[in-house]
Amino acid sequence: MRSAVSDRQPRRAFAAIWRLLRALLRQPQSAIGAALVGFFLLLALFGGALAPHPNANDQSHAVRQPPTLDLGALQLGAHPFGTDRLGRDVYSRVILGASSIFRIAGLGTLISVVLGSALGMFMGYQGGWLDEALGRIIDALLAIPALLLALVLVGIIRNLDFEIGSWQAGLADNVVLLVIAALYIPIVARVARSATLDIKTREFVQAAEIRGESRAYIIFREILPSVIPALVVEASLRFSYAIFLVASLGFLGFGARPPSPDWGLMVNENRGGYYRLTPWALEFPALAIAALVIAVNLMSDGIRRAAQKGE
Amino acid sequence: MLPFLRRRFVFFLFTYLLSSLMIFFLLRVLPGDPARVIAGGREATAEQVAEIRAALGLNAPLPQQYVAWLGDFLRGDWGETIAFRGAHNRELVLERARNSARLALVALLLSVPLSLALGVIAGLSENKLPDILISLLTLSVVSLPEFVTGLFLINTVALAGGGSPLADALGWWFPASSAVPANASFGEMLPALWLPAAAATLVLLAYISRLTRAGVIEELKREYVRAAALKGIPWRAVIWRHVLRNALLPTITVIAISISWLISGLVVIEFVFGFPGLGGLLITAIERRDLLLAQAIVMVTVTIILFANLFADMAYAALNPRVRLG
Amino acid sequence: MTVADSLLDVADLTVSYRVDGAWLPALRDFRLRLGAGQVYGLVGESGSGKSTAALALMRYLGGNGRLEAGARLRFAGEDLLAKSPRELRRLWARRIKFVPQNAGAALNPSLKIGRQVLEALQAAEGSGGEAAYATMLRMFRDVNLAAPERVAERYPHELSGGMQQRVTIAMALISDPQLLIMDEPTTGLDVTTEAVILDLLRGLIAQRATGLLFITHNLGLVAQLCQRVLVLYAGEIMEDAAVAQLFASPRHPYTLGLLNSLPQPGARKASARLQAISGNPPALRLRARGCAFAQRCPLVIERCHREKPPLETLADGSLVRCHRWREVRPPSASPPPPNPLHKEGGGYTSGEDEAQPALLRARGLKKHFPVPRSLRQALRGIQPPPIQALDGVDLQLRAGQTLGLVGESGSGKTTLARVIIGLQESSGGTLEILGIEARASARQRRQDILGKLQMVFQNPQNSLNPYMSVRQAIARPLLKLRGLSPAEAEAETLRLLALVNLRADYANRYPDELSGGEKQRVAIARAFASEPALVLCDEPVSALDVSVQAAVLNLLADLQAERGAAYLFISHDLAVVGYLADVIAVMYLGKLCEVGAAEAFFRPPYHPYSEALLSAIPIADPARKTARILLHDSLPRAHQQPRGCRFHQRCPRKIGAICEEEAPPWRQAAAGQIRCHIPLAELAAAQGALPPPAAGG
Ligand code: SF4
Ligand code: SF4
Repeated sequence: MRSAVSDRQPRRAFAAIWRLLRALLRQPQSAIGAALVGFFLLLALFGGALAPHPNANDQSHAVRQPPTLDLGALQLGAHPFGTDRLGRDVYSRVILGASSIFRIAGLGTLISVVLGSALGMFMGYQGGWLDEALGRIIDALLAIPALLLALVLVGIIRNLDFEIGSWQAGLADNVVLLVIAALYIPIVARVARSATLDIKTREFVQAAEIRGESRAYIIFREILPSVIPALVVEASLRFSYAIFLVASLGFLGFGARPPSPDWGLMVNENRGGYYRLTPWALEFPALAIAALVIAVNLMSDGIRRAAQKGE
Repeated sequence: MLPFLRRRFVFFLFTYLLSSLMIFFLLRVLPGDPARVIAGGREATAEQVAEIRAALGLNAPLPQQYVAWLGDFLRGDWGETIAFRGAHNRELVLERARNSARLALVALLLSVPLSLALGVIAGLSENKLPDILISLLTLSVVSLPEFVTGLFLINTVALAGGGSPLADALGWWFPASSAVPANASFGEMLPALWLPAAAATLVLLAYISRLTRAGVIEELKREYVRAAALKGIPWRAVIWRHVLRNALLPTITVIAISISWLISGLVVIEFVFGFPGLGGLLITAIERRDLLLAQAIVMVTVTIILFANLFADMAYAALNPRVRLG
Repeated sequence: MTVADSLLDVADLTVSYRVDGAWLPALRDFRLRLGAGQVYGLVGESGSGKSTAALALMRYLGGNGRLEAGARLRFAGEDLLAKSPRELRRLWARRIKFVPQNAGAALNPSLKIGRQVLEALQAAEGSGGEAAYATMLRMFRDVNLAAPERVAERYPHELSGGMQQRVTIAMALISDPQLLIMDEPTTGLDVTTEAVILDLLRGLIAQRATGLLFITHNLGLVAQLCQRVLVLYAGEIMEDAAVAQLFASPRHPYTLGLLNSLPQPGARKASARLQAISGNPPALRLRARGCAFAQRCPLVIERCHREKPPLETLADGSLVRCHRWREVRPPSASPPPPNPLHKEGGGYTSGEDEAQPALLRARGLKKHFPVPRSLRQALRGIQPPPIQALDGVDLQLRAGQTLGLVGESGSGKTTLARVIIGLQESSGGTLEILGIEARASARQRRQDILGKLQMVFQNPQNSLNPYMSVRQAIARPLLKLRGLSPAEAEAETLRLLALVNLRADYANRYPDELSGGEKQRVAIARAFASEPALVLCDEPVSALDVSVQAAVLNLLADLQAERGAAYLFISHDLAVVGYLADVIAVMYLGKLCEVGAAEAFFRPPYHPYSEALLSAIPIADPARKTARILLHDSLPRAHQQPRGCRFHQRCPRKIGAICEEEAPPWRQAAAGQIRCHIPLAELAAAQGALPPPAAGG
């Protein structure tokens, strides 16, 4: 006999996510996407150990060396992706660049999903004027294009010169991450809200209401598990947009500051006249961005399909 | 229809006020003193800051500042440009906005028919080969960041132009650089528009075609489609008269929403191609810490987007009997 | 009937669906011979394959369905299997017509009705223009659509459900087809509307000599409409016989079980239990090797599990698929066992009864929904009158009593239940529970009141949280409302499971591992966990398969006898209400129009509305075709509530201007009260002339 009133509910929700993952891996496109994302994630986590030249700003190499496929030479410290005009190893910089994009896009997405879904579920369950008012504010926010808002916010905050070590400086250092979180909170909230509205009318929620359950119980125990699939889909979508946005901001010069190995920044630094000199210094980071974006898109599309099928 | 439109109009006004409020406060309440920012950061002297403060009316209470600012904006007094000495924000913004609008127009004319066609084809062949190909296309190539596709286009065309007469002729029609004078006429600007418009088309293609596909698939599953088929009318008629009629209706709204999307994309595209549009101006404004200019640009953008949504609502209401009579 | 003159001749038809990569047969060895002008009933529960059969007959299967080889499918002597898509289309356009279940969904929302009907006509005859338009109007008149020109200009959402269904029927009949296939055409409509549509169909079919295949789950409709009937179960034919034969002496245990499980006329829970079929219909992938019905059959023998019974053709042309059909006895031969748990009584009392205080007392209960103002109203500063979903309802219920609440959809019965339970706040009136005035919203009510009031919902699909096990679902009210310790709750959970006849291991299951009937049992166990004094049941069996409804009704009756709970039982099915209820209340547009003891309810005098409801019930006995009192139109739109008597626009007994102007008074009958301007003696006299409609359906 099982122990009294055991609690399998979280396991049940995890099982649903697991089913979703399995369904995801069964489709070839999304399996490829997921594998690529996993590959980039490894780079992001262990880039420091994997890069032949862990110092991204190491300018000790000969400048403007073209890429080479000579694997023998690789061990001797050659440069498979070549070197840029300052003599930095492009291969190492591309590997090292993975971590910042994952950290910023990933954390930003995580924060927005957690806060946004809490907000959205509250709005959806509560209804009434509060929901109406918050909903209007969200609509107004969403009328401003995301990139514009991000540019303005990032641009301004970065230009403020703060005391080093002050909290404002910490804020400014993580401004892209925070802006992403802030931009996506209303979007996630909207999705969570409409999913909640759908679940709220189900009779099991009414059964909880006539037991006199608290709001928190109804939202987190009764509604949340059913909303999770929609949230997972939205999170994967947000993550892909976040990567897009981080890369774009970096490219526009509003992301990482110059010597850092940011992919968008690397593309920007090697445009125009420099492109004729060292095309590879632009092409490899651009390729990395393209591969990551495509992979994340394939994966999130797969997650969406899998979730639809599960319904 | 009237109650619907009235609701939408009230919503429009409300959203407009709210977003202007947000634009105003975001740029005012952020950590740091806008006057100090404008004066040049930490190097600025206290007098300089105070002077700018007074000039901008920053000493008044915030609500009052907001009302004054919104009034100025609506009257067309958008202040003097700091980024470009001697220019007025309004002329500058409107000229660039016109250029961006030209670009957006060409992009929309290219992308809307194309993405509708792709979406409908994919939807009608759900999970069959054409659908898989189209969704791979829209998912991969097309969802790349604009600067990647933009740079790709620039460099391939630049490579094509190798000095031969043909390439020169091509080069005139498809110049790799779109850095035309900001005050050029539409005709003069047209050759410079193709490449950036192509990049922008790709931005919209994925978005519109995927939503169209979803709409078609959803309608195909409806019972009335089966009922229509069992009436014995040809399948073609079922598709045109019944499926597409209902599936494409929401696309109006989708296109309106995609304008916001397009504007974001244009910022990057204009930057990549050096095109004299609103997006490039915004970047310059921010880099040179011209807050008033940045505010004006964002306000103009929001105005355009909200009007586009309002028009889409009206068109939707005019075409959908359930709204029209409800 | 010979092969030559049959309109539709089907044999060995097997249809499979692709489910998760495997082809599963949804319909096996289907066989049917339908003559011109014949009305054939096709009866089955959900998942029995009846809709599959209909579409397969038309050779219209979705992408994931396929027709297995070896079938014979002939229509008017032509081989349908040999037809090209083009020929099939021509056939659909003219000679075989399909009327789907949900007319609202089957009409294109963005095309005018006229255009859609003309399109069908165009496909059939290739004609257009004036003549076609005139034909269409004539057809609209034939299906009793008032103001046909106006209907043609409307969009589907502007018509009521009954009108939409008439449009689809008109659309089907306009090409004068030889064969009409109707898939549950009246499911989802009110009984009153259903009666009108049936009446119409009967007339239209008689005129045209159209063959009709009428698909339904409702045996009453078959008895009233069809000449011959085929019973499907789990994709296989169980029995096929003339209607008179089948209802008088069914040969298959399943058919017999279905007929027995319906409440018999005049049966009450005190005198007889319903004879339920045990178990549940098998899922598509769990179809047995032997007899499909073996799991649930009372006559099952070992051989049934091993060997699939053949479909035998009997001397009278009937078909039956059972090893032991000779031993099946007609319904009357097996009298239902009496129910020892219930005693008759606890009937209706109008005044206050001091000895037994009311459990629930509602006085002048109101629920108004505000109507948003239109632009013109806003400009003129007019506030439109609110929708009065409940308009002054007085109700009393004593402990252990069952109050049956009936009325068409939109009459406010569900709103009443929701207001009582506190899911919606009333806009006026008072509500006393156990002598204490209850707060309007459940959230503000005291814990002990919450526990005393529980609800069983209509849709078992949604009434359990898919992410909670049965154990959690039942234990929660025990912990929350009864304050038991976890160990006590566990023991009590198991006891409750046993009470609703579920094995203890069901505690570990999740809702997706339960059938509809099992889910409803768990929901009932959950409702009874807090030891309620009153359980509100909102159509608790109407979403369940016919063959499991009786078992759930028995369970409800047993629980009441054991636990002494009172029920407020909402149902559209008067036979069920007549069986379970002690007191019956009839609601129309937010007002009660009749309240009275259940025994007396089925005898005159009736309120004219109750009379119409009663006469609309399709009785599952082909020998008893009742004279129908047809109510035309459906409920008036909610925001145009009639003055005077609410019912006057549709009342067949309306006596004049007084009905339109003055609200009628309550009149005291022997065992109840009726709200009508006609004195009861007159009503009784007029209604006595009719053959008494009986409880049975
Ligand atoms: S074959 Fe056996 S199990 Fe099947 S219906 Fe007949 S008696 Fe029952
Ligand atoms: S009062 Fe008049 S309209 Fe109302 S039910 Fe009686 S007879 Fe009919």
